[in-house]
Amino acid sequence: MRMLSVAQGVAWRTLHNVFTNPSLFIPQLAFPLFFFTAFAGGLSRIHDVPGFDYPQGYTAFQFVFVLLQSAAFGGVFTGFGIARDFEGGFARRLLLAAPHRTGIVLGYAVAALCRWLVTATFLTVVAFAVGMKVGGGGVDLPALYVLAAFVNSAAILWAAGVAMRLRSMQAGPVMQMPVFLALFFAPVYVPLHLLSGWIHAIAVVNPLTRVLEAGRGFVAGSPVEVAAAFGAAIGLAFLFSLWALRGLRKAEAAG
Amino acid sequence: MNVTFDQVGLLARRSVVRTWRQPGSSIAPLLFPLLLLAVNSGGLRSETRLPGFPTHSFFAFALAVPFIQGALFATMNAGTDLARDVQTGFLNRLALTPLRSAALLAGQLGGVVALGLIQACVYLAVGLIVGVRPASGVGGVCVLLVFAALIALAFGSVGAWAALRTGSAESVQSLFPVMFVFLFISSMNIPRNLMGTTWFRDAATANPVSYLLECVRSLIITGWDGEALGLGFAIVFAIGIVAIALAAYALPRRLAR
Repeated sequence: MRMLSVAQGVAWRTLHNVFTNPSLFIPQLAFPLFFFTAFAGGLSRIHDVPGFDYPQGYTAFQFVFVLLQSAAFGGVFTGFGIARDFEGGFARRLLLAAPHRTGIVLGYAVAALCRWLVTATFLTVVAFAVGMKVGGGGVDLPALYVLAAFVNSAAILWAAGVAMRLRSMQAGPVMQMPVFLALFFAPVYVPLHLLSGWIHAIAVVNPLTRVLEAGRGFVAGSPVEVAAAFGAAIGLAFLFSLWALRGLRKAEAAG
Repeated sequence: MNVTFDQVGLLARRSVVRTWRQPGSSIAPLLFPLLLLAVNSGGLRSETRLPGFPTHSFFAFALAVPFIQGALFATMNAGTDLARDVQTGFLNRLALTPLRSAALLAGQLGGVVALGLIQACVYLAVGLIVGVRPASGVGGVCVLLVFAALIALAFGSVGAWAALRTGSAESVQSLFPVMFVFLFISSMNIPRNLMGTTWFRDAATANPVSYLLECVRSLIITGWDGEALGLGFAIVFAIGIVAIALAAYALPRRLAR
């Protein structure tokens, strides 16, 4: 109960900061939209590459990637806020005041999920407005959002672990770069079977490839690799929850 | 005259050394464009199978992007450093010395050009190691380096103008997303004639960054293409002249004596 009240307080404060500060709120909406425009609009001819067989078209193909990317970066951007809280001294006061400190991590994770839900809603409305076709039915599309929510949780827990260890805004690239690489070493622009060479070898072992392929399967209405995708996303979220909690202990120890 | 050259040299040296001493400022402009090049050239390799694609190597096609992206990073660094000089009062202290205003701007931009050339050499070396052979030969490589220096000068002047106009490092950094938009809404990943979405092709055609990319790209994959070179150099000169004029206009107001 004490943990939940701490989580509620931290989540409310984080969301209040984000939604009342245009410099935080606008980029979180604008960047996914921008990537969606640049990829789905600029690269639409990739649909004509021999072997490209995604039935819903290139807009839907890229929508899944951009949705997952927004989920991951929603988590990372919330991690920037944690680093800022440590740098400004607020987090130290929070550590002193919180009766159950695990609630701090939970609160940041809830805030990351809520801010991503706003971005996801906006992105989905825009995608349908520009004519995205969806083949999935009742369960398929919600399953994509649940999958993306696990990616969001994994990303915020990763970023929280880094922020609590380094406790400085200079930790930004350390939070961001591995997430960026993990996302872009998946089949971003073409399906996995059209990749070749070293990037194919990396994409095959990248857990986010399973997540991306399953997401595209949901939108196409023919789910593939669902168990592997959920296993990968939940596994990453679990691993990074341990990473974040150990980070919290290190922050406590550092005072 | 010698005094002015000394002043320019000292400030250019300070600009280079200061950037080099901050790993975040020197490594990111080198590493991030190469990372994006690796990711995109791997992921978009199958694009070369589109009818009409100008080369069989997507890496050669995409090698133009780091030159422009690196210049954008250099712009931000130059602008941010100059804005810090304003914020910390360094510029005010300089105003007490007999330093010429023009030397301050030239020194700052000289440092940006030097870093731009270092970046261009690194990108070119990576391209050569991977097996790209510029179609325009050794002469083309020289033109490419001159063009890279001009891009760094032009975009560095934009950063300097923003810094002198606002006096705030945060304001200069807020330019970065705008520049990123210009880069992505261009012929960065696909030739304009192969873009399937009409409004995107129109936006890329109206975007000057497309012509800067196509100028670099022509030297690497086509050879000597007068139209691409003419457009690229004309645009970089236009951006440079306008930005230097704006920066020179803003400088005396900031450097109040």
